[in-house]
Amino acid sequence: MKKHWYDYLWIASALYLVLGFVNILFAWLGLACFFIPLILATARGSKSYCHRYCGRGQLFTLLGGRFGLSRGRDVPGWMKSKGFRIGFLVFFFIMFFVMLWNTYLVFAGVRGLSETVTLLWTFKLPWHWAYHGTLFHPGVAQFAFGFYGVMLTSTVLGLATMVLFKPRSWCVYCPMGTMTQLICKARNRAAIRGAGEEAPLRHSAAGSEKG
Amino acid sequence: MEIVKKKRRKAKVDRSLCVACGCCVKVCPVKAITIVYGAYAQADPGKCVGCGKCAKECPASVIRIVED
Ligand code: SF4
Ligand code: SF4
Ligand code: SF4
Repeated sequence: MKKHWYDYLWIASALYLVLGFVNILFAWLGLACFFIPLILATARGSKSYCHRYCGRGQLFTLLGGRFGLSRGRDVPGWMKSKGFRIGFLVFFFIMFFVMLWNTYLVFAGVRGLSETVTLLWTFKLPWHWAYHGTLFHPGVAQFAFGFYGVMLTSTVLGLATMVLFKPRSWCVYCPMGTMTQLICKARNRAAIRGAGEEAPLRHSAAGSEKG
Repeated sequence: MEIVKKKRRKAKVDRSLCVACGCCVKVCPVKAITIVYGAYAQADPGKCVGCGKCAKECPASVIRIVED
């Protein structure tokens, strides 16, 4: 199949993780992984971020597929249940807001900068080597530490389920994937209902996307 | 002359559990699968050759190959 420029975005995802070791402020770039999928889902009602531009997904495909670092087993039933997927999305966002709150406290001068990256919402890893001061408020750096923790946590979880189950198992419960699907479903509600159980394929022509 | 109806294998997606990740779309050799409305995947029975590549790839394992 013909390769497109966006088929190489896994390099960007890998580079992102490395840059976080060099200078934590690069973590800000990761906001693209939050805003681009949401914009595409809201504006166009499509999950094209997942289908084309998500470097993290490509990285899992590569490591789990080409490099064989996956057992290739089915994910357990509960992991693909609506309850777990939405529950994880909610949990993820609550923790995200806790991170934003901690950033706010640094901005407000209530708390000093904590040069740590929190892994799996629990473990505070020392990360001072990646901090070389900032031209801006220390809160800017605090957000970078916090956000990098979010990205590292989801990568570690994704790698774990990649090894245990199929390469892209993370996509089953990825909060961005769940959220963009919910947005698309809400936005295209009428069309989906119209399509019914056995959607005639001519209906799909308008709403379908090529990967 | 007797017409023998050949059994053909087709991919079928469990729409309620599909996460619309699009992994199946990428591996289908005949481009038979599309993601509809960003909500679920759908295999075109007219194009699908029943190779099972999509079912193997699907991270949620919600594609079955059925005979019709
Ligand atoms: S589900 Fe998440 S990890 Fe998978 S392709 Fe979509 S955004 Fe990327
Ligand atoms: S079974 Fe093969 S041909 Fe049919 S949709 Fe899946 S990948 Fe495509
Ligand atoms: S790979 Fe599976 S979960 Fe993903 S879009 Fe295809 S059928 Fe749905």
